[in-house]
Amino acid sequence: MVEWTDFERATIQSIFSKMDYDDVGPAALSRCLVVYPWTQRYFGNFGNLYNAAAIQGNPMVAAHGKTVLRGLDRAVKNMDDIKATYAELSVLHSEKLRVDPDNFRLLADCLTIVVAARMGADFTADVQRAFQKFLAVVVSSLGRQYH
Amino acid sequence: MQANHTCAVRPSRHSTSTHSTSATGYNMLTDHEKELIAKIWDKMIPVASDIGAECLLRMMTTFPGTKTYFAHLDIRPRSPHLRSHGKKIVLAIAECSKDISSMMVTLAPLQTLHAYKLRIDPCNFKLLCHCILVTLAAHMGDEFDPVAHAAMDKYLSAFAAVLAEKYR
Repeated sequence: MVEWTDFERATIQSIFSKMDYDDVGPAALSRCLVVYPWTQRYFGNFGNLYNAAAIQGNPMVAAHGKTVLRGLDRAVKNMDDIKATYAELSVLHSEKLRVDPDNFRLLADCLTIVVAARMGADFTADVQRAFQKFLAVVVSSLGRQYH
Repeated sequence: MQANHTCAVRPSRHSTSTHSTSATGYNMLTDHEKELIAKIWDKMIPVASDIGAECLLRMMTTFPGTKTYFAHLDIRPRSPHLRSHGKKIVLAIAECSKDISSMMVTLAPLQTLHAYKLRIDPCNFKLLCHCILVTLAAHMGDEFDPVAHAAMDKYLSAFAAVLAEKYR
């Protein structure tokens, strides 16, 4: 069971309560597809991913980015049992979607950078640490049901 | 980074630029990307101590295992050690960015230092690189767009790989 300090809880709740999921989700996913192009392997039916501009303008990427962030919100609302919250999603990603779990880490890194760009100086080292700890738990939980 | 894809379409980088061969012998960064990288680091040179200290602080706060390499320094926020050490790192990265094709030559002394004296486990380079990207994003905001991010990530990965080349 993950132990969260008061600072960590407050930080996570604060960041996500102020976040526009419909802006950050698409930004994070499209960034991941641009910075780590091999992640595009999972989006063969998304149409034009030919270059950065196409990816960032692609409506299917945007829609999926929103889906991912809304999924992340479930962990924000259930910080004390993220593992159970994501058990089904983990099975889905492993058995149906067949996503290499290292990709969760890549997307988490891109999300971190998007949030840093949005928050600027408010994204202090301590805030970064709390945010990355939260994402590490999410990433680990999503990879938990891979066998 | 143009590895084999199983997706239906191949992504291309800015197709009007040429791909220059890096000194390590493979095509990695376009001319446009190299310019972008050099421009960004040029702006960091006057604030190298601030930027460098921030990168190190982020790394040691987020990845506490990295602190083990700094037992000999005062690594509290705003400490002069952190600023001077951070400055060294930023200036080395900035200097190298002015002529990326000569990376192997420029970094030869630092390769030796890291391999025989510092012996920092190379997995830590990735952690510092990530924190450098976060620092750049926090300072540049929207200007640190996905294209700049991708170019910078490639450059820092190559830098780290070259630094580790003399390890064994």
